[in-house]
Amino acid sequence: MNRKKKIDQIVRTAGLESQIGEAQTFGTMMRRMVRENKLAVISFGVIILFVLAAVFAPLLTPYTYDEMDLANRLAPPSAAHLLGTDEGGRDVFTRLLYGARVSLLIGIVPTLLSMAIGAALGILAGFAGGKTDTVIMRIADVMLAFPSILLAMVLMYMLGDGLINIFLTLSIVNWASVARVVRAETLRLKELEYVEAARVTGVSRSKILLRHILPNCIPTLIVLFTLNVPSSILTESGLSFLGLGVQPPAASWGLMVNQGRQYLYTAPWLSFAPCVAIMLTVLAFNFLGDGLRDVMDPHLQK
Amino acid sequence: MARTLLKRILQAIGVMLGVALILFIMLRIVPGNPVETLMGEHANQATVDRMTAELGLDQPILVQFFRYIGDAFRGEFGTSYSLGKPVSQLMAAAFGNTLKLTVAAVLFAWCLGIFCGVFAALRKDGIPDRLFMGFSLLGVSVPVFMVAMLLQYLFGYVLHWLPISGTDSWKGYILPAIALGWNSAGSIARLVRSTLLDVLQEDYIDTARAKGLGQMGVIWRHALRNTMLPVLTMMAMQFSGLLSGAVITETVFSINGIGRLAVQAISGRDIPLLQGTTLFATMVVIFGNLLADCLYSVLDPRIRKEAE
Amino acid sequence: MNTLEIRNLCTSFFTEKGELKAVRDVSLTVGAGKITGIVGESGCGKSMLARSVMGLIPHPGRLVAGEILLNGRDIAKLSQREYCAVRGSEVSMVCQDPMTSLNPVMTVGRQVKEAILLHNDVSGDEAERRTIEAFESVGIPDPDKRLKSYPHQLSGGLRQRVLIAMAMVCKPKLLIADEPTTALDVTVEAQILRLMRKLCEDGTGILLISHNLGVIAQTCDDIYVMYAGSIVEHADPVTLFEAPVHPYTRGLMNAVAALNRNETVLETIRGVVPNLLHLPAGCAFSLRCDQCGKDCADRFPEMHSIRPGHEVRCHLAGGKEGT
Repeated sequence: MNRKKKIDQIVRTAGLESQIGEAQTFGTMMRRMVRENKLAVISFGVIILFVLAAVFAPLLTPYTYDEMDLANRLAPPSAAHLLGTDEGGRDVFTRLLYGARVSLLIGIVPTLLSMAIGAALGILAGFAGGKTDTVIMRIADVMLAFPSILLAMVLMYMLGDGLINIFLTLSIVNWASVARVVRAETLRLKELEYVEAARVTGVSRSKILLRHILPNCIPTLIVLFTLNVPSSILTESGLSFLGLGVQPPAASWGLMVNQGRQYLYTAPWLSFAPCVAIMLTVLAFNFLGDGLRDVMDPHLQK
Repeated sequence: MARTLLKRILQAIGVMLGVALILFIMLRIVPGNPVETLMGEHANQATVDRMTAELGLDQPILVQFFRYIGDAFRGEFGTSYSLGKPVSQLMAAAFGNTLKLTVAAVLFAWCLGIFCGVFAALRKDGIPDRLFMGFSLLGVSVPVFMVAMLLQYLFGYVLHWLPISGTDSWKGYILPAIALGWNSAGSIARLVRSTLLDVLQEDYIDTARAKGLGQMGVIWRHALRNTMLPVLTMMAMQFSGLLSGAVITETVFSINGIGRLAVQAISGRDIPLLQGTTLFATMVVIFGNLLADCLYSVLDPRIRKEAE
Repeated sequence: MNTLEIRNLCTSFFTEKGELKAVRDVSLTVGAGKITGIVGESGCGKSMLARSVMGLIPHPGRLVAGEILLNGRDIAKLSQREYCAVRGSEVSMVCQDPMTSLNPVMTVGRQVKEAILLHNDVSGDEAERRTIEAFESVGIPDPDKRLKSYPHQLSGGLRQRVLIAMAMVCKPKLLIADEPTTALDVTVEAQILRLMRKLCEDGTGILLISHNLGVIAQTCDDIYVMYAGSIVEHADPVTLFEAPVHPYTRGLMNAVAALNRNETVLETIRGVVPNLLHLPAGCAFSLRCDQCGKDCADRFPEMHSIRPGHEVRCHLAGGKEGT
């Protein structure tokens, strides 16, 4: 008896029982990330901070984003103007906060849209196979061959200016890569034994799709979302930097860089402040995405 | 080998045709008659109609498309509305600059990325590892224009080491190449590090060590070539990103390349030029992917064998 | 002089959870031209013992104590650089899995040639000639054609022959074969073992590691039984199979004998291998041993000789402790 207890103890210390495994619920995964990946947690905090700053912009600054003060043009950073002023005497910090609204919106809305399109087409291609698969994936190949900025430029040229058109453009640019990943995931899930078993026992195709494939794609989709937001933000900032995205008087970070560029040598803060904002946001989303991928979806790792 | 290659080439041609078709359709749905834009508001209707017919714009869209493809095969992309010269001529002048820029950027990215990745892997979890990996994450997360402007400001304006813009001498390519290659360098470094760490766990690395090879011999002769396979695949996927970056880099450094031409085409509402440059840049991407595929099968004998 | 003499070797892994003793106080000898076998379950430290001799202990492991005398010279004290000169030329190793132990992107000829050029000052042509010779000596058909093959083009048996050729090409004094036949078919296994016997005719000592008692019994001149990092019994094959003394060895023999008698209920040793992080204070086998006495749980037994050439690490066996 005593010896049996001893063996139990050894089994426990050897960590053999952990192989039995706890169920991987969303909660346990999040808890694991919080425990193991501090960087992801900090990044999540930064993102929340940026979103709050964008939402409550008017409360955080005494200025408005288009208030001119010609006596104070191109003033360097000071106590009154945290990040200085631009060529019209407008407060750069204030414009940064308002720019966050546009830039974050552009990061999130088109990403959601492209995820919806990409996921639907990817699952369809993977699940249906055959001709449907070929057609969808060949179109995706074609879309992926375009350099994204050039495709976005042509689309913006075709659709014209405006926030809605930027959303549309970025969705069209990004759906193909989502479709490709989701299709691969669907193909993998389709081959799993329990899906096979469901098929053999005569569960209908639509039920397999809704019960087994779709829910299992969700972790992949969450990870893809966090990793695609920064790429949307980067593409938009590139477009706006070239003067082809958001048009003044609206402000996005990319546009602010573009407008500040002619004063690069006299007032470098004009360009570099929004640059740093873009960088921090992208970095935070990348860290969070990496953290989520580590706990949720081992298949996405190389 | 030859058969897979042929299959790959046919696939690439299919993708090219698809690209051309999609591009063509997108640019034809643009509201407004391009001829009116071209001639200004004062042109009378008769002249506009004559020009429209001359440019073939009154034909059905499919006829226009096949005519365009036929012309493109002969190297004809029409005449630029805004610059008044043949698009092919403009692109020929610009292509050399873009090629030099991207090749320099790729070289920079490979050298820096591989060096940092290998070094970080060898010092896993040490200070150099953390430092390099932090830097590489920064590399992947900064927008191209930020690197470009930062380099301009620092090395051009403050230190006066290198020219701020223009390509009068080879020095003019240094900063643009770094700016353009920075992103890829970051992702290459990360991938090299993680792949090399995996490869070093492989059994054949033990065999090589048991043979008496030292650490450097093991890495250079056995580990690196196996590490390069996934890196090459990623590099191929980055071609289109590189061309995107070239558009921005060329704009920042005022380099007369394909990307800058495309931006000029947009501001001049110049459809033939926009169509030509976009089509051409995409062809370059597709060709680059094809090249990477070939290189892959040269490096990996398993693929070569399967193909035979 | 013995080709290899290991004295009181200890290798440990220093993990976050504490010191993991993979090899504990191992002493053994391999005679010139002899095959010495080490047998034990997976995870008992056999491979770590082999790697300790090769100087290839993976991080975070380290040789803690002991001497490794190769022809009288202690190689445990060598620097990494000096060790590189010894590896492959004086002592070499054949790894477990021939399917993954060859570099997939190099021809097998180049991989063998590399070993020659590394340790000998010869021209490329001479190295190629020697490679062909080595291929012939391990029985690879069409050696000059096979040189240009890539690993994936060869069968498992051929790959193992290539690995053996690579290990033998510099005529080492000691060859360590770590489970050389585990991944192979039974027929190929027999061929490889026969090849091993042939190799030691030139005076090379072989340390053959296996979990398979049958392989060890047919091939070896001398056998060490390993359990939880330490040697528990050492004898020649006949003694070991006819009169095993250590309860663990007896358990192993019973399991094999039951198999031979075609019994439907297999005899097994109850319990599992102890966690090397938390070894019992006394005999490592005490938790699974039917005859476990008071001494066994508290005191780590010494190795003692019960007759010439037969040593046992057990409180209960012969010697002064009494039965």
